[in-house]
Amino acid sequence: MPRLFRNALPLAALAFATLAQATDITGAGATFPYPIYAKWAEAYKQKTGASMNYQSIGSGGGIAQIKAKTVDFGASDMPLKAEDLASSGLVQFPAIIGGVVPVVNIEGIAPGQLKFTGAVLADIYLGKIKSWNDKPIADINPGVKLPADPITVVRRSDGSGTTFLWTDYLSKVSPEWKQKVGAGTAVAWPEGVGGKGNEGVAAYVQRIKGSIGYVEYAYAKRNKIPHAAMQNKDGQVVQPDDTAFQAAAAGADWKGTPGFGVILTDQPGKASWPITGASFILMQAKQEKAANGAEVLKFFDWSFKNGQKMAEDLDYVAIPDALAKDIAATWKARVKDAVGKALWN
Amino acid sequence: MPTDAAQATLPSPMPLERARATRDPVPPVRRGAAARWQDAAFERLTQGFALLVLATLVAILVALGISAWPALAAFGPGFFFDSTWNPVTNIFGGLAPIYGTLVTSLIALAIGVPVSFGIALFLTEMSPVALKRPLGTAVELLAAIPSIIYGMWGLFVFAPLFGDHVQPILTATLGNLPGVGALFQGPPNGIGVMTAGIILSVMIIPFIASVMRDVFEIVPPVLKESAYGLGATTWEVVWNVVLPYTRVGVIGGIMLGLGRALGETMAVTFVIGNAYRIKAGLFEPGNSIASALANEFNEASDPIHRSSLIALGLVLFLLTFVVLALSRVLIARIAKGEGTKT
Repeated sequence: MPRLFRNALPLAALAFATLAQATDITGAGATFPYPIYAKWAEAYKQKTGASMNYQSIGSGGGIAQIKAKTVDFGASDMPLKAEDLASSGLVQFPAIIGGVVPVVNIEGIAPGQLKFTGAVLADIYLGKIKSWNDKPIADINPGVKLPADPITVVRRSDGSGTTFLWTDYLSKVSPEWKQKVGAGTAVAWPEGVGGKGNEGVAAYVQRIKGSIGYVEYAYAKRNKIPHAAMQNKDGQVVQPDDTAFQAAAAGADWKGTPGFGVILTDQPGKASWPITGASFILMQAKQEKAANGAEVLKFFDWSFKNGQKMAEDLDYVAIPDALAKDIAATWKARVKDAVGKALWN
Repeated sequence: MPTDAAQATLPSPMPLERARATRDPVPPVRRGAAARWQDAAFERLTQGFALLVLATLVAILVALGISAWPALAAFGPGFFFDSTWNPVTNIFGGLAPIYGTLVTSLIALAIGVPVSFGIALFLTEMSPVALKRPLGTAVELLAAIPSIIYGMWGLFVFAPLFGDHVQPILTATLGNLPGVGALFQGPPNGIGVMTAGIILSVMIIPFIASVMRDVFEIVPPVLKESAYGLGATTWEVVWNVVLPYTRVGVIGGIMLGLGRALGETMAVTFVIGNAYRIKAGLFEPGNSIASALANEFNEASDPIHRSSLIALGLVLFLLTFVVLALSRVLIARIAKGEGTKT
């Protein structure tokens, strides 16, 4: 943040001098994509002089603010349903893709060595599998020496998009989870201790021997927390990385889902990482401040075209080119100014 | 709250009256109309400020009540006796966090009050003069540490030590006792209701200890010296002279600490485990009202979820209010009984 600020100050002065009419836009919402939106905003400002101010107040807050029209766009990790979008007059599109990974703290287990299936994860989080050497875990991990330690389940205590992806995946692979717990940004956990934020979960997992938790991939990678591999829908065992997230996004039926509201968990495909998710942008379909609306579209268009490398550096996955074209088509068709003129063409 | 404590620590209105008495003999000076007008304006202004506090209090209560109403109407009185908290099905009951708030605060008091009493006693009665100032300052500095520091210290330093070295011993010894043994059960990972209570006790000790020290210091030396002259031990002097003389102030200090323990947020969130569960074992993860609010408010997009959280906030508000009111009643009763017994 301080660095961003240092760079922004002289640039802001420059912008005022040269591009006095540049439109500044504001967005608010999900914390998960905040690092990449901030990075894009910085680069975009250097190019165009227009600044984008993003407040990572959480998806719930982002949805509330865009409905109240206090921001130019909202951001949510959980896609809104088609009827919600229609009733609030909102347009939705994905902007960035990332993954959630299980992390473990078991003595003598190397990162990526342990494998899970969705069903086993669900049973661990339901409290049905209580020890690391229980048969269901041992069966899918032949040759791995598992200790007889009890399992401590760690999960998020705050509402979060990460939890939504995690519980949505468990609901898809375990009927019992779906019926007893369900999916949401916060759920009634049957088991475990709750840490606040990715850092809270990571701290608990690193501290408590025999624990399992889940964090964003970028967070696990940068803090070197041992992750586990997953068996995906096609029965293949995959390690979490950019290509596995891309594979999950590539196979999805974006066009056929209203508001591009695809939840990328448990996607088919040999290389797909099963707990992948997109983060979404919400805009008013009818823009009262047309200049701001147009600027939001320009910002994301620029980011889709120029932001892939930045996304990669931060361990996110940019949305595929074909999807970006579909999104632009939706902008053209749906986002209008007060008199009904399209803001994008 | 600070004003309450300050009032509570005054054992009697004596000093004020004495001050007035010494001022009285000065002949009244005739002042101009401007000065009188100034006085009146000043009085109104200060009165306005004082009333503003009251108005704010009422406004907060009303706002909480209005926002909490949807949840209270939907779940009825059951909200307070149900420990289900399910954001997926939108069924909410506040019993688990209410229970967690009360239990962590009680643990904090059970540890904090005796320790604070010891600190205050040592500083006023037994400490060498050279130690008095540095120790007293150290206690006050402890009160200035932001609560998030306590939370991080609790999670990264205290919880591992407590989980690895203290919890297993407690479970193996006290855990075997009939009855109370159930309190000392739970996974030995240093996260839970007990840890939260201990961290809270560290946080409230400086408050209680410094109030106690201040009130112990105003005990007239002549009383203590008379008791010592009669051959009383230090303990007898403290128990029979100092404590009865300072009861009101001591209770005020404890209530100040309790008020802080009830509302503490960040430090508790870090170490309590944040699970909506009520278990006998104090080493099990639990939740408190303040930490539930801190955790869930951001993402509570559903109106009934938000309303339920605000209802919890209302409960916390009322809980604190009741604690303070009870302490005032207690103090009033003690003050009334003063002088009837020797």
